Amino acid sequence: MAATFFGEVVKAPCRAGTEEEEEDEEERRETPEDREVRRQLARKREVRLFRRQTKTSLEVALLEKYPCSKFIIAIGNNAVAFLSSFVMNSGVWEEVGCAKLWNEWCRTTDTTHLSPAEAFCVFYHLKSNPSVFLCQCTCYVAEDQQYQWLEKVFGSCPRKNMQVTILTCRHVTDYKTSESTSSLHSPFLKALKTQNFKEPPCCSLLEQPNIAHDLPAAVLSYCQVWGIPAVLYLCYTDVMKLDLVTVEAFKPILSSRSWKGLVKKYTRGNMSADGPACACRISPRAQRY
Amino acid sequence: MFVPCGESAPDLAAYTLLMPAVSVGNVGQLAVDLIISTLNMCKIGYFYTDCLVPMVGNNPYATAEENSAELSTNAEVYSLPSKKLVALQLRSIFINYKSKPFCEKLLSWVKSSNCAKVIVLSSSHSYHRNDLQLCSTPFKYLWAPSVQKSVQNKSHNWEEMEKSPCIPEINDSEFCIPEGGNTKTLCDEGRSKEIPLAVLLKFVSKGDNIPDALGLVEHLNEWLQIIKPRCNDPTASALLWKIPSSWRLLSGSSLSPVLF
Repeated sequence: MAATFFGEVVKAPCRAGTEEEEEDEEERRETPEDREVRRQLARKREVRLFRRQTKTSLEVALLEKYPCSKFIIAIGNNAVAFLSSFVMNSGVWEEVGCAKLWNEWCRTTDTTHLSPAEAFCVFYHLKSNPSVFLCQCTCYVAEDQQYQWLEKVFGSCPRKNMQVTILTCRHVTDYKTSESTSSLHSPFLKALKTQNFKEPPCCSLLEQPNIAHDLPAAVLSYCQVWGIPAVLYLCYTDVMKLDLVTVEAFKPILSSRSWKGLVKKYTRGNMSADGPACACRISPRAQRY
Repeated sequence: MFVPCGESAPDLAAYTLLMPAVSVGNVGQLAVDLIISTLNMCKIGYFYTDCLVPMVGNNPYATAEENSAELSTNAEVYSLPSKKLVALQLRSIFINYKSKPFCEKLLSWVKSSNCAKVIVLSSSHSYHRNDLQLCSTPFKYLWAPSVQKSVQNKSHNWEEMEKSPCIPEINDSEFCIPEGGNTKTLCDEGRSKEIPLAVLLKFVSKGDNIPDALGLVEHLNEWLQIIKPRCNDPTASALLWKIPSSWRLLSGSSLSPVLF
């Protein structure tokens, strides 16, 4: 319990999570109708993979259906915009699937023409080398859906001969440091890598006590546990909306050995704005430059 | 499920498993951190599960640049073969309605591993104490009869957790552990699977719970003798526990000087 500034006593959130006793009490009092409602809600929250062109579900996990040597996953608007601008414009990519999910924060769209305002999670492979996969995910995948997303994408037989790269952003206020956050020059890049990822990362490693969570953490945990070489690049920024400066902060990754051949040499002049996320308006910070 | 770091699963027969309950103040988890850090225990595997919120970070027990880049996940298993000790650390909270399935899967694995006993380090909220508990030690225990024999010969001033009604005025005497997280579920599952399980808990309030964790490991040490005190002075033994490097900045980053 805690008291607010106005003197009302409220139940304060617990650092140790949801009350065990409340869940037990709820389950004891549950009627068959309550159980049915919970089952239907669980069904509504299921993650499904399907092909938008044919409107058919994928019967097996994505990476069990197709062989994969490289998998790049962009989570969040800025990471998606970076891949659209620098990677997807360097080759011809074919859509192989789409994740459909619903939660309290978002619902993915079914339409074939994606707009930047909509939440989506689409998978592509490179036509010239179909073992190279890319995922662009702007939707929020909730805690109870992350494990399902992993099962639907990676399947139950983890492959150690592929390499996974995950790109995402966090707000700079999430970054813990003994310096004051006002002295940090954001955006900046930090990396976390699995034991089997032998290539040197393109930036310094994320220092303790900082951690990653949500879908990027779920993917990296999966890769660490099953021995898959993987790296997560976290961009700490003070602008979480689509922002050109934040997008460009991912550029050091273009010089990775494993990304050779995936990207053309870009200068600011010839940077294309194709791709669903880049068609959005640029943030006020970029307009000041 | 348990996934070993190496090629084969380690033999944990006759080992003592230490694990935290995810409870008020995260005291059990802080206590397990102290044990792993002080004993320099080796990671032997992961408990890969859909029941805990995912998180990753670099080595929370790093002592040097060389070992700071090892990735850690939300549920990992460490061991110290010389003391036949194995520790499970949980670093995040349970997903809704997943606490019971987790306890079931975990204790099934413990049973199949033939561990000698399981010790759960936990906590309960101090504001729920009744009059009797307010006047006594904040450290309480609960254990299965099969564990009691191994503790009998040790001299402690421990007290058994009292049975109290979970709802006042209702006469149902069972163990009520307010804000004890999954402690009660572990006890119930342990009893049904006939696993020798003991719970050591402390009544705490939320806040800086490091002193509570130190107190809990000191009490555990009286029983298990994990580390020997340097001398007979009980106040000196608190200095023997090694604070993990990941405990820095528990209150967040430094404040901006612009505020002042």
